[in-house]
Amino acid sequence: MTITLTVNGVPYTRDAAENKTLLHFLREDLGLTGTKEGCGMGECGACTVFLNGRTVNSCCVLAVEADGASIETIEGEAGPAGLSEIQKAFDRNHAVQCGFCTPGMILSVKELLKAKPKPTVAEIKEAIEGNFCRCTGYEQIVEAVLDVTGQGTGKGRLDHV
Amino acid sequence: MANEPKSTFRNDARAKVSGRAQYADDIRLPGMAHAVPVYTRFVRAENLRVDASAARAAPGVLGVFTAADVPGQVRFGQIVRDYPMLAEGTIRCEGEVIALAVADTRRRALAAAALVVETADELPPVTDPQAALAAGAPVVRWGGDDNLANHGRVRRGDAAKVLASCDLVVEETFSTQAVEHAYMEPESAVAIPRPDGVLEIRGSMQHPFSTRRFVSALLGVSLAEVEVVDTTTGGGFGGKDDTAAIVCARAALAARKLGRPVKLTYDREWSFRESYKRHPYRLRYRVGFSKDGTARAAEIDMLCDSGAYTSVTPWVNWRSTAQCCGPYYVDAVRMDIRAAATNNVFTGAMRGFGAPQVNFAVEQVMDIAAERLGLSPLEIRRKNMVKQDGLTITGQRLDTHVVSLGQVMDTVVRDSGYEAKLARCTRGKARDGRLYGIGLAISYRGASLGAEGLDYCSAVVNVQSDGSVLLDAAIHENGQGAESVQMLILAEELGLPVERIRRQRSSTSRIPDGGTTVATRGTLMGGGAVAQAARELKRLMAETLADELGDPASIRFEDGRVGVPGEPSLSWEEAIARMYDRRVYPYAFGTFRAPPVSWDEHTGQGDAYFTYVYSCQAAEVSVDPATGKVSLLALWASHDVGRAINRPLTLGQAYGGMVQAAGMALMEDLAQAGGRIGNRNLDRYKIPRARDIPEMRCTLVENPDPNSPTGAKGIGEPAVELLAPAIANAVYNATGVRCRDLPIRLDPEDLK
Repeated sequence: MTITLTVNGVPYTRDAAENKTLLHFLREDLGLTGTKEGCGMGECGACTVFLNGRTVNSCCVLAVEADGASIETIEGEAGPAGLSEIQKAFDRNHAVQCGFCTPGMILSVKELLKAKPKPTVAEIKEAIEGNFCRCTGYEQIVEAVLDVTGQGTGKGRLDHV
Repeated sequence: MANEPKSTFRNDARAKVSGRAQYADDIRLPGMAHAVPVYTRFVRAENLRVDASAARAAPGVLGVFTAADVPGQVRFGQIVRDYPMLAEGTIRCEGEVIALAVADTRRRALAAAALVVETADELPPVTDPQAALAAGAPVVRWGGDDNLANHGRVRRGDAAKVLASCDLVVEETFSTQAVEHAYMEPESAVAIPRPDGVLEIRGSMQHPFSTRRFVSALLGVSLAEVEVVDTTTGGGFGGKDDTAAIVCARAALAARKLGRPVKLTYDREWSFRESYKRHPYRLRYRVGFSKDGTARAAEIDMLCDSGAYTSVTPWVNWRSTAQCCGPYYVDAVRMDIRAAATNNVFTGAMRGFGAPQVNFAVEQVMDIAAERLGLSPLEIRRKNMVKQDGLTITGQRLDTHVVSLGQVMDTVVRDSGYEAKLARCTRGKARDGRLYGIGLAISYRGASLGAEGLDYCSAVVNVQSDGSVLLDAAIHENGQGAESVQMLILAEELGLPVERIRRQRSSTSRIPDGGTTVATRGTLMGGGAVAQAARELKRLMAETLADELGDPASIRFEDGRVGVPGEPSLSWEEAIARMYDRRVYPYAFGTFRAPPVSWDEHTGQGDAYFTYVYSCQAAEVSVDPATGKVSLLALWASHDVGRAINRPLTLGQAYGGMVQAAGMALMEDLAQAGGRIGNRNLDRYKIPRARDIPEMRCTLVENPDPNSPTGAKGIGEPAVELLAPAIANAVYNATGVRCRDLPIRLDPEDLK
């Protein structure tokens, strides 16, 4: 069927097979390959995008379900002035290694910061709970979020007894 | 240091945070076809027959290829050629691919794959490594007359005799599980037949040269007719070698047959099904101690499952052999390791490479012995650890670098407050409803390949006429930050800002084979080659410009200037312009060859590695006595990396390694029964999520290594090889229950 949707502010009208996922529609039909497929079943978060202002795993949404929707992907994160503050913080804090989880991770962080401008470490970890990273151990991702929210990257007390 | 290196830099981060980094599956080309694998429905079978006629007639299908279509060798392998690109005659595991379906779209290729008809004579699979080695077991090893895929040994002194006279003999058996690498990007390859007759490969892989060997052998063409071009790789951890290479080779076969670009991208289920895993080990240790805690003798037997193909099993086993007593000197050692061929998924390289399994056993034996002798875990380790100018169990004298095992252990003990916390461990008596424990482990790790293989690497520095610099090196960027390290090393050597340097996109046609990007050798060998190339360039420039600048031996390259200190100097750009004026290219090829090593495979004695990385990690855990669930409270690490070239990335390697090890310790377990993997995706194969991981601290120790051109050793694998035993020791100190099997599972009944 024919669907109409907005991706990163650009309107598109395209034919989409009824069983095509939003992820494959973005990658194959619109050529927006920044959104990644890691598991194809909504576990890893590599395919995270915004759909009408909320993050979803785009591998679990059909393209036809996004008819009329507003989508934001990683390609829309950097503006004309360059990288967003979250992107810069990921770069600055070495929150990026292989980079495959990075687009989804950044969008999950973006959603967190809309609701909580100064999240705690526990809130950051909860927000990225659905985004697997196999390289970083999450440590420098958490540090990047603390940094971009003006909370420093200093270590805690690590005293547990 | 004159040229203080910029310590935080990553050349690919901007592309990765903006979604512009191009991974193999992101490549779109005109006329590109799509291939998908067709898997066998058997685990073990003979007389395979494949009927692809219906599949070939399906809509959009361009070709369905089987082993009969392979022009070169059907089988390939790094040591034994037993890994079939496409199954032929015999099925030896459920990951075997019987055909490759290629169509104009992936969807149509998938539809065609379902139409391939397979018949064969099914046989009961051999899945238990012990049973596989028993007399009379069905032989499943390709080309073999038994299932013994490898046998390694150490013979040092008379261990049996010394054991008989020891005050204490600790006898323990441990097991470790098969672990999936779970790189976030599944395998993917694009093969492009070029007009010049070269087949170009862009794919997700760790080892372009290894991939090129696979592709050229399978197509029956020369190495020069295949060009593997660097492509952004979404993680490897040792896992993107054989399987990733064979994915590339299959795409290459289809591209060659069809004369058009072909993409083959794996989904996660295929990746789980076919890609090799970490070797599961069974380890039996008998270690004899004297009353004062001195480890005097060890008898060790290990059995590992090699699965359906050999892959690098002998090399993995070799590291387990050389490091079989952990970082301790033991005077008398008898050690045997055997690998069994089975019909399970094959096992191969994974970050740690035969060390995590051994350390899981050794570091628990040490805690067990300490308790029984009334010593602290630190005392028994200090007494037995390898020491400066002392010997290893392979007879190697450690006198060419700083042996810092005590230093890293002291660092973790201090950072974590280990001794005070050890006294507060609950040892089975819950406090406020929780059990608490701390545990640590230490290791030494031979850096790079050691006596496993030829170890050398190359780099090219090519300065352009405007002074900008192109750098190439034969170590591949898997996501670990290898390119950034190479650029920082070059910037420091030449006294230039790193922004003046561009790491060019490499390919197998542009630089000599520098060995594989494995074995924590990226910074040591690849970085070493970059330093050597830089020094060769400086020698050439100093000699060429000596008439203007003075004594070549005194010329320095600092702060963007070239000259003898205190004398008139040239800017870097002026110096480069002079080179071109004189028709001398400012171009240098550098190589770094590892210092000699040695090995006697009959005795397991020799200088196994030219240097070692020393490490200590500790874990604090909390255990819920009602459920047996283990929660991590804090993780601590200290590693002597020689020198940290890129400090935050070095720390990132440490953190990431610890978390992979935590996954191995507590949650990751390939559910394999009858040769079939039950958990083939990330929903049921659990890897750590952010909330599973506590705060981590890593303190780097830097004793520059005189045998490394940069002073740096490495961090990739040391980071992953010792947290599992640290957690097991912490769990014991919390609960009084010794966990000898991975992953750690506590029965609440045992905690009452």
